[in-house]
Amino acid sequence: MNTQQTTQPAPKALEVNNLQQRFYLTKGFFQSLRREDGRICWNDKVVHALNGISFDVQEGEVYALVGESGCGKSTAAKTVIRLLEPAAGQILYKGQDISHLPEQKLGKVRREMQMIFQDPYTSLNPRQRVIDIICEPLLFHKLASNRAEAEEKAVDLLQKVGLRPEHSRRYPHQFSGGQRQRIVIARSLAVEPSFIIADEPVSALDVSIQAQILNLLMDLKDEMGFSCLFIAHDLSVVRHISDRLACMYLGSIVEKGSKDQIFENPMHPYTKMLFSAVPTIDEDPIVEEMPIKGEIPSAVNLPQGCYFYDRCPYAMPICQQEFPEEREMEPGHFVACHLYDA
Amino acid sequence: MAVSNTHSDGVMLDVRNLCMYFHTFDGVIKAVDDISFSLKEKEILGIVGESGSGKSAASYSILKLLAGNGKIESGQIIFEGQDLVSASEKTMRQVRGDKISMVFQDSLTSLDPLKTIEQQISEMFILHRPEMTKAERREKCLELLRAVGIPKPEERLKSYPFQLSGGMRQRVVIAIALSIEPKLLIADEPTTALDVTIQAQILRLMTRLVRDQGTSLILITHDLAVVSENADRIAVMYCGKLVEHASRDELIHHACHPYTVGLLKCIPRLRSSRPRLPYIPGMVPAMLHLPQGCYFADRCPRAQDRCRQEQPQLIEHTPGHFMACHFPLQAGEDVF
Repeated sequence: MNTQQTTQPAPKALEVNNLQQRFYLTKGFFQSLRREDGRICWNDKVVHALNGISFDVQEGEVYALVGESGCGKSTAAKTVIRLLEPAAGQILYKGQDISHLPEQKLGKVRREMQMIFQDPYTSLNPRQRVIDIICEPLLFHKLASNRAEAEEKAVDLLQKVGLRPEHSRRYPHQFSGGQRQRIVIARSLAVEPSFIIADEPVSALDVSIQAQILNLLMDLKDEMGFSCLFIAHDLSVVRHISDRLACMYLGSIVEKGSKDQIFENPMHPYTKMLFSAVPTIDEDPIVEEMPIKGEIPSAVNLPQGCYFYDRCPYAMPICQQEFPEEREMEPGHFVACHLYDA
Repeated sequence: MAVSNTHSDGVMLDVRNLCMYFHTFDGVIKAVDDISFSLKEKEILGIVGESGSGKSAASYSILKLLAGNGKIESGQIIFEGQDLVSASEKTMRQVRGDKISMVFQDSLTSLDPLKTIEQQISEMFILHRPEMTKAERREKCLELLRAVGIPKPEERLKSYPFQLSGGMRQRVVIAIALSIEPKLLIADEPTTALDVTIQAQILRLMTRLVRDQGTSLILITHDLAVVSENADRIAVMYCGKLVEHASRDELIHHACHPYTVGLLKCIPRLRSSRPRLPYIPGMVPAMLHLPQGCYFADRCPRAQDRCRQEQPQLIEHTPGHFMACHFPLQAGEDVF
C-alpha cells in the first residue's frame, strides 16, 4: 500500500513511527519478585501506555488525537515533546530524529515545539505575575536582549490573545479559567514556535468560553502559521479545529484519516461507538444507534487479540486471537479492524 | 400534610421565589436569586448553566444541604403539599433519601471509602426500611446492582469504592439513590467526570430507571446537549437567576433569551464544520459585583440602556415559555 506516499514532496512537521511508551508499576528489583507456584519469579508490572502508534503531521496542519481517558493520547503528546522518554520508536521533527536527542540539544527543539496543557489552574505559577510568566521563555531562549524588550513583546502577546496591557501586573489567581488559558497560550507563543502541542486546551472551560478559545487558537494559527497536534476527547471540538485525526484506544490507533473521511464514514466499531455516544442537539446521527457497553480495560494486562474485543458488538473469533493490522481503506484512511480483512 | 398529596395537575414540586444567599466575609453572594419552577410527576427537568450560575446551589437548597454560610432567605419549596423551607431538620432527614434523593457529581467523594458497597446500599434500608431483614436487604442490594448493570454483583458487594472505576462507582451511587424508590431524584452533573461512552451508558440507564419507577428527575448539567437528549423541560440559569424556562422542544427551537441562543449556538456540532464558532463575548460577571440591570447586559449584543438599569423579570412569553429579557428574540432573529 505504499503507492502515494513517495510522490508527496510536502515536508512533514512531525512524523511518529511505531512509538511505544511503558510505565513500570514495580520499582526496583525486589518489588518485582513475586511467588508463583512456590517458586520466586521476576515479574514486572507494566502499564502499556502506547503500543506502537504511527502518524504524521503536515506543515501548517492541525492533527487531532481523539480518545477516552486512559487511551494514551496525553502520553503520546508528552512523549512527542520528550517530556517522557520513549520506550521504543521514532519521533522525527522536520526530518530530524529527536527520539534520543540528548538534553542539551533538545533546547532548540523545545523552542520550536511548545505545549499548552489542559488545566490552566495548575499550569501557571501562582507566585509569578503574568508579565514574568511570559517574559521567562523570551529571556531564556534569548529572543529578547533585555528585560524591557521582553516586557514590550509580552504586552503585545497579551493583546494578541485578547487580554489588556494592565492585566500584565496581575497574578494568575486574579483571572478566570478562560483568561488563564489565554495566558498559557500567550506564553507558549512567546517563543514563536512552529509546532504547538495542545493537550485538551478547552476541556476545563465552560462552553461559552470554549468557543472563544478555539476561535483564538484558529486565528493565531492562521496568523502565525504553526502546525498543531491537538489532543481532545470531544469529537465535536475536533470537527471544528482539525484537518486530520487519529482515534486511539488503549494505546493504539484504531482509525486515522482526514476529518471528512472519518466524520462522513467512520469505519472502526470503536469510532462508531464514540460517535454514537456524543450527545447532540437534534442532529441527524452520523452512525446508526450503537449498543454502548463496557469500559476501557486496564493497560497492565493487554489482551492478546484486538484490544476492543470485549466491547465490540461485531466481535468475531479471530478478533480474540489476532491483533488487527492497519489497512488503508481509501487513500489516507486507515482502519485496524478484522471486519475489513480482505 | 394535606389530604391530597399532589395538586390536581400533578405538580409534585413547586419552587416559588426561592432566594438562597451565601454570606461571606467579602459580602453576600446571591447564589439563587428569586427563582420559581415546578415539576410534575414523572417529569424530567433539566437545569442548565455555566459554572457559578447557581444551578447546584438551587438543587442543594431543595434538600437544604447547604454550607454553614448558605441561608434560604425567602421563598417556598412545596413538595407534595409540604413546605420544605419551614420543615424541621427531623422532617428533612425523612425526606432525604426516602422521598427525594440525590446523585452527586463526583462518585469518589460521595461514597464512603471505608465501607463496602453492600454496607453503603444497605444503609438506606436500615434507615428508611427498618423492618427489612438482613437477607432481604442483601437480596435487594443484588437486585439493584443488577438493575444498574454492574457485572458480577455478588463479588461487587464486597468491594470498596476505590476498587471500582468511575463509571461503576457512579452506577453504585445511582443504585443507592434509587434504592428506596424516591418520588424525586436530583442528579447534579452525574456524568461530568466521565468519558462520553460511559456518560451515554449512565444517562440511558438513569432515564430508563427513572421512567420505569415513575420518579421525577431534576438533571443539572452544564451541557445543553445532554439535557436536550433527556429532559422534558429545560430551565437555563445565569448568575443565580432563571433566564429562560420552557418545554424541551420550545427551548431548543424557539429560544428567545439571547443567552440561551448564544449557548445553543456556541456548542460545536458534529455535522457542520463552520470555520469559526459563534461565541458569547466576555465572561460571567463576578457574583460579588453584579451589575445593576440585567446580568447578561455586558455580553449581550442586543443590550440597550434599559437593560443596564432595570432588571428584567421572568414573564410568560408564550404559554408555558418563561423568560427574563426586555428585548426577547422574535422568531427568525439572530444574534452572535
